[in-house]
Amino acid sequence: MGKMQTPLGKVRGLGSAKNGTHHWWMQKVTAVALIPLTIWFVASLVQLTSSDYEAAFMWVAYPLNAILMILFISTGVYHLKLGIQVVVEDYIHVEMTKVTLQMIVTFGCAALGLTGVLAILKIAL
Amino acid sequence: MAEFKLPANSTYKMGKVWKAESSATNIKIFRIYRWNEDDGQNPVIMTYEVDLDKCGPMVLDALIKIKNEIDPTLTFRRSCREGVCGSCAMNIGGLNTLACTKAIKDYKGDVAIYPLPHMDVVKDLIPDMSHFYAQYASIKPWMQTQTPVPSGKERLQSVGERKKLDGLYECILCACCSTSCPSYWWNSDKYLGPAVLLQAYRWLVDSRDENTGERLDDLEDPFRLYRCHTIMNCANTCPKGLNPAKAIAEIKKMMIERQG
Repeated sequence: MGKMQTPLGKVRGLGSAKNGTHHWWMQKVTAVALIPLTIWFVASLVQLTSSDYEAAFMWVAYPLNAILMILFISTGVYHLKLGIQVVVEDYIHVEMTKVTLQMIVTFGCAALGLTGVLAILKIAL
Repeated sequence: MAEFKLPANSTYKMGKVWKAESSATNIKIFRIYRWNEDDGQNPVIMTYEVDLDKCGPMVLDALIKIKNEIDPTLTFRRSCREGVCGSCAMNIGGLNTLACTKAIKDYKGDVAIYPLPHMDVVKDLIPDMSHFYAQYASIKPWMQTQTPVPSGKERLQSVGERKKLDGLYECILCACCSTSCPSYWWNSDKYLGPAVLLQAYRWLVDSRDENTGERLDDLEDPFRLYRCHTIMNCANTCPKGLNPAKAIAEIKKMMIERQG
């Protein structure tokens, strides 16, 4: 940017991106969904501490548990992705670094979510 | 990149100590940030001993006494001395506030005074406000309508509609809130900050304004509006007791509401 640009010119910049609400809303929706899912997940983990491998395996294979586990993993990873994206936007201001990091975050979260869901499906199906 | 350390040319040293007269018995120590572009030096913190028996009750009184009687080179903005103009906004005792409405006796020990955080400094306690004011101008802080003015009359507003402006119209744009917001520190190039967003909301809820949709369009942006992470420093620091964070939350609710 040239130094002669007016302050208002700088502020108006490239204009409004006309988005942001969807991101913000999905962060709220996933946060709300994660309240019961996390309580259920932690409570289940506590209960499973006294179980052996076989019992834990059977627990995951039970359809309702499998469904809730897939919901928990996918919602959690989506929430994670939205959250880290904001952290990168907040603190990284070098364009190349920012774009690269955002891609790593997206790919990483996709891989994480898919791996978790596939693991549950292999047991449940 | 977010800055967590002061740049080399912003690190400060302790500067001169200005002693009070030996007859003074009620001394308060003020440690004040001093920087002057012309001398090419880094900032210094100067220490001023002020005799409170010969000084008014407010922090601004002490600053004026220092300038008048101790060190005339001390530079700061002030005008109304009653919390209406917002000129004397500065960081006092670690909190952004107005020097004119803060009593000296409310501070235990020494009083540290710095310019508003994370702004370019013009001199001493004077920050460069041009970007902040341009952001204010960008939200078009005036009434926008399609309906022509009723001939010979004002645009009317019910008592209930007027009540919605309470807690908003009192904002004096002193910038205490915006400059206390970490999100504004890191991203003020694009994020409008709490003060300007509170002002934006003031026009969004004004029943007489007819450009609400266009105003929301301009704010619908990951940075302009959505850099607010409800840190709440704004509400904590506002010298007028307003709550910019709530105004921002209301804008977000309007964004959701118009989607159905």
